[in-house]
Amino acid sequence: MVPSDLRYTKDHEWVRVSGDEATIGITEYAAGQLGDIVFVELPEVGRTVEQFAAFGVVESVKAVSDLFAPLSGEVLETNGDLSSRPELVNAEPYGAGWMLRVRASDTDQLGELLDAAAYDALIAES
Amino acid sequence: MPYGPHTTADRQRMLDALGIASVDELFDDIPAELRAGDLALPDPEPELELTARLIDLAGRNRTDLISFLGAGVYRHWTPPVVDQILLRGEWYTAYTPYQPEVSQGTLQSIYEYESLLAELTGLDVVSASHYDGAAATAEAALMACRHTRRSRVLVSHAVHPHYRATTATYFGPNLELEEIPVVGDGELAGTTDLEALERLLSDADHPVAGVVVAQPNFYGLLEQMTRIAELAHAAGALFVAVVEPVSLAVLAPPGAYGADIAAGEGQPLGIAPQYGGPYLGILAATDELVRQIPGRLVGMTTDVEGRRAYVMTLRAREQDIRRDRAASNICTNQALLALAASVYLAAIGPHGLRDVAALGAARAAELEAALAALGAPRLHSAPYLNEFAIRVPRARDVHRRLLDRGVLAGLALADVEPGNAAVEDGLLVCATEVTTSADVARFAEALAAELAGSGPQATRELAPAGSGGS
Amino acid sequence: MGVVGERLQPNLFERSRPGRGGGKIPHPPKDALDRLPAEARRETPPALPELNEPEVVRHYVNLSQLNFAIDTGFYPLGSCTMKFNPKINEWAARLPGFASLHPLSPDEVAQGTLQLLWELEQILAEVSGMRAVSLQPAAGAQGELTGILMIRAYHFGRDDTGRTEVLVPDSSHGTNPATATMAGLRTITIPSASDGGVDIDAFKAALGPRTAAVMITNPSTLGLFEKRIGELLDEVHAAGALAYMDGANLNAILGRFKPGEAGFDVMHFNVHKTFSTPHGGGGPGAGPVGVGEKLLPFLPSPRVLRGDDGRFRLERPGERPTSIGRLRSYVGNTGVLVRAYAYLRSHGGSGLREVSDDAVLAANYLKKRVSEAYDIPYDRACKHEFVASATPIKKKTGVRTLDIAKRLIDHGFHPPTIYFPLIVDEGMLIEPTETESIETLDAFADALIAIAGEAETDPETVKAAPHAAPVRRLDEATAARQPNLRWAPMTGRQMPCPD
Repeated sequence: MVPSDLRYTKDHEWVRVSGDEATIGITEYAAGQLGDIVFVELPEVGRTVEQFAAFGVVESVKAVSDLFAPLSGEVLETNGDLSSRPELVNAEPYGAGWMLRVRASDTDQLGELLDAAAYDALIAES
Repeated sequence: MPYGPHTTADRQRMLDALGIASVDELFDDIPAELRAGDLALPDPEPELELTARLIDLAGRNRTDLISFLGAGVYRHWTPPVVDQILLRGEWYTAYTPYQPEVSQGTLQSIYEYESLLAELTGLDVVSASHYDGAAATAEAALMACRHTRRSRVLVSHAVHPHYRATTATYFGPNLELEEIPVVGDGELAGTTDLEALERLLSDADHPVAGVVVAQPNFYGLLEQMTRIAELAHAAGALFVAVVEPVSLAVLAPPGAYGADIAAGEGQPLGIAPQYGGPYLGILAATDELVRQIPGRLVGMTTDVEGRRAYVMTLRAREQDIRRDRAASNICTNQALLALAASVYLAAIGPHGLRDVAALGAARAAELEAALAALGAPRLHSAPYLNEFAIRVPRARDVHRRLLDRGVLAGLALADVEPGNAAVEDGLLVCATEVTTSADVARFAEALAAELAGSGPQATRELAPAGSGGS
Repeated sequence: MGVVGERLQPNLFERSRPGRGGGKIPHPPKDALDRLPAEARRETPPALPELNEPEVVRHYVNLSQLNFAIDTGFYPLGSCTMKFNPKINEWAARLPGFASLHPLSPDEVAQGTLQLLWELEQILAEVSGMRAVSLQPAAGAQGELTGILMIRAYHFGRDDTGRTEVLVPDSSHGTNPATATMAGLRTITIPSASDGGVDIDAFKAALGPRTAAVMITNPSTLGLFEKRIGELLDEVHAAGALAYMDGANLNAILGRFKPGEAGFDVMHFNVHKTFSTPHGGGGPGAGPVGVGEKLLPFLPSPRVLRGDDGRFRLERPGERPTSIGRLRSYVGNTGVLVRAYAYLRSHGGSGLREVSDDAVLAANYLKKRVSEAYDIPYDRACKHEFVASATPIKKKTGVRTLDIAKRLIDHGFHPPTIYFPLIVDEGMLIEPTETESIETLDAFADALIAIAGEAETDPETVKAAPHAAPVRRLDEATAARQPNLRWAPMTGRQMPCPD
């Protein structure tokens, strides 16, 4: 069961919202599919991300995948630990493996995301 | 079929196992209207006869000439140990090291090649090889565009014309490749015009991604690489140095003068001229650019039992994983030639490499003096290492007549730069450690005879054998 | 049993000792470099290793023995055509007349090589049914780029500038979409049909005025001949687009199918696959392209031409302005092409047809044997290679194709291609080629079947394979996370050259 306090995209990103700040990462399922993560390419602070548009890239040893934003907003901070320890994404995908924090421009967009139960159902089908 | 093992009995066994009468049935899915007729090719040639044919063909190339031709491919002496190693089937019949457990030979040799070239170039990361100096230069220019997110690259006219042409082909209509002129006359004639470069860099509406300059340049001349690096960086552009690896034993390497990327031709490192290839594209860059570098990379790691081991790494850059988002489509590279270069460097060592470069310089100075003495002085005045252009009236014609006297007098620059008046009387000549004083004397003698004979007889136009006339 | 040698080696830098080695090059005069300006000179000599020749030899001989190679054993790497590399080719390429020839030699000096190249072009044109051939591209991928650039030039020349898309099947080699991107075009990926072939209807739906080209591998990367290729080519041309054939699988159809005659506009050859030139640990190869009438004006320059007097020459710069220009320096990987020429001459027309016959027969035989223990997703007659899947084994035992591949090493075989094409789950692409004996084919099938059995009885041993190799499963994650791509610079002062 995935954490119930998060929301999810169909492409396996999660978002945790607190006020108008949103923290974003990828799910344990996604990390497992990719294998050992070796590199994460994230946007610069200050850039805007658009909901469901690609904002970065995650690389494993044998695969590469775009990252899609669950919400639109301005990038406040990216996880600096990931450049020296990308394995945090595999080890703690919902915690220390977070990827970026944005100031959400419209928290109503959460309504378009999956809740924990819906996301669990999605990955059970795969 | 010369190398197949199957006897009639073997084939029958396989057909029986498949329950078919003839191998033709396995091709039934080719629509009848698309089936090929017989191949209209000569009969198979057994090795005995094939041997004679190949000797005959090879014999139709002239190997008797004393050569002073360089222009990007150089005659050097290769210690026989290089080819002896290369002829081991474990090296040349192995494939890309996808299964590292059974490819540690190839993988370690590539790691060593990367390390050797990193040391020679003074840069951090070296690709496992590219096709040749031209493709490496094109890829370097593309790297500069990707990294800076700009679309305009400046390349000196004094970069090898084939490298410039290749880069132009790779650039297509989406990116802009512009030429920096060379200085026309005076002491700096034949070198990149730095004033022109500054002007080209100052166009704020068309920022420059990269500046590409060769050291030595195509005319053999030494450029002011440190100054050019400063100009490029001040404009936010990357600096790409096109280099010749033997010269790096004695010339300041790209890492020392601030180049971000080095591209070049590795043929001088133990690889025979072979009429065009296979050669060795050298591509090296700073650590910062590692994710932009195309082609394979080999790194060091450990295996599950803690042993040191080598493996292809940062694979997610490459075409089989990134597909339409890969930086380059390169798959097959020039791995065996990278091995040749490594064995060559290991065999002659750093002192030997320095001696190769210095001997070439010494012989070139001898050549310059001998030719100047008979009225064929240098076309330019800037310093050179072992290659330079001389001025000979009606250079193309003289070049052809010197062939009859057994001398391949370098390259008639008018052949590669038709219409460039600055070089139409130029012969680009070089000397290496294999050039002897006797060779120099023969060249001088032959040229003196040609220049002395330039009376009414010699002004008759020779029937152009592949020359487009004047 | 050791599948390869066992002597791991320190690297060259570790072996190096100051003052060792050298002595091969005479000394230059001491003032040889004095005339060079100081700012252009290297301040410190390069810290390259110093070794004597015996050490160099041992180093490289021992390293070579850590390699698996065609010359050591069976190498059924699908899509790579690991056939025997005839030794006469090595001898031919090393003939001094060929090897010492400078690429900028005047034509009159190079008549032998120019004739060889011209004859090779004619042979390849006949094999492919194409109108003309360029030998310039240095590899298959460079051939692909050449082909797509010619196609782009063709459309631009007709003022048809809206054609910005390239259609490729999802089973294609990664170089195809990467090539489209390099040419500034967009890749549209078309899912394959359930029988493994291209989905003609999906292609038809995607074809249109924006299509510049389709890139098709035939036989496909699954080793299956595209039965509806004629229909597909008609549709492509009706839409105003051109058809590119990736010739990687030519070993299946020599003398049976000529792409140019069937309607392909351009194709590349991988001479290091079909025509036996050695793979060299990753290269060199060569990727000549063949073209039909439409693309003839756009071939790279210089072309090799034969005059009425029977003499050969290279095109001059600017002689054919419609050319797309150069893809590389000089005329091509001539040393590789000499080897291909020797191979083609030794086989002749009848020999090449036998090559494909035997390659296809061997692949079908092996497929039958392997089907005793593995799933064969597309169970119709294959061509020179076939796909097997370990999905049922994985479901039952947890053992994956990766593990089976590594266990094959313990049996003395190089693993086949794994996880390609991407559309097959737990896939193995197996290509035996025509130069392997039936005993070898049976031994390989027996090994695969044994491993399938071992997956049930002793899965842990399979998952921990290989056991017999000098190094075992490597830590590829750390290699990518903390790349170590060069030996750290040598410290310590270098000794001056001993006299």
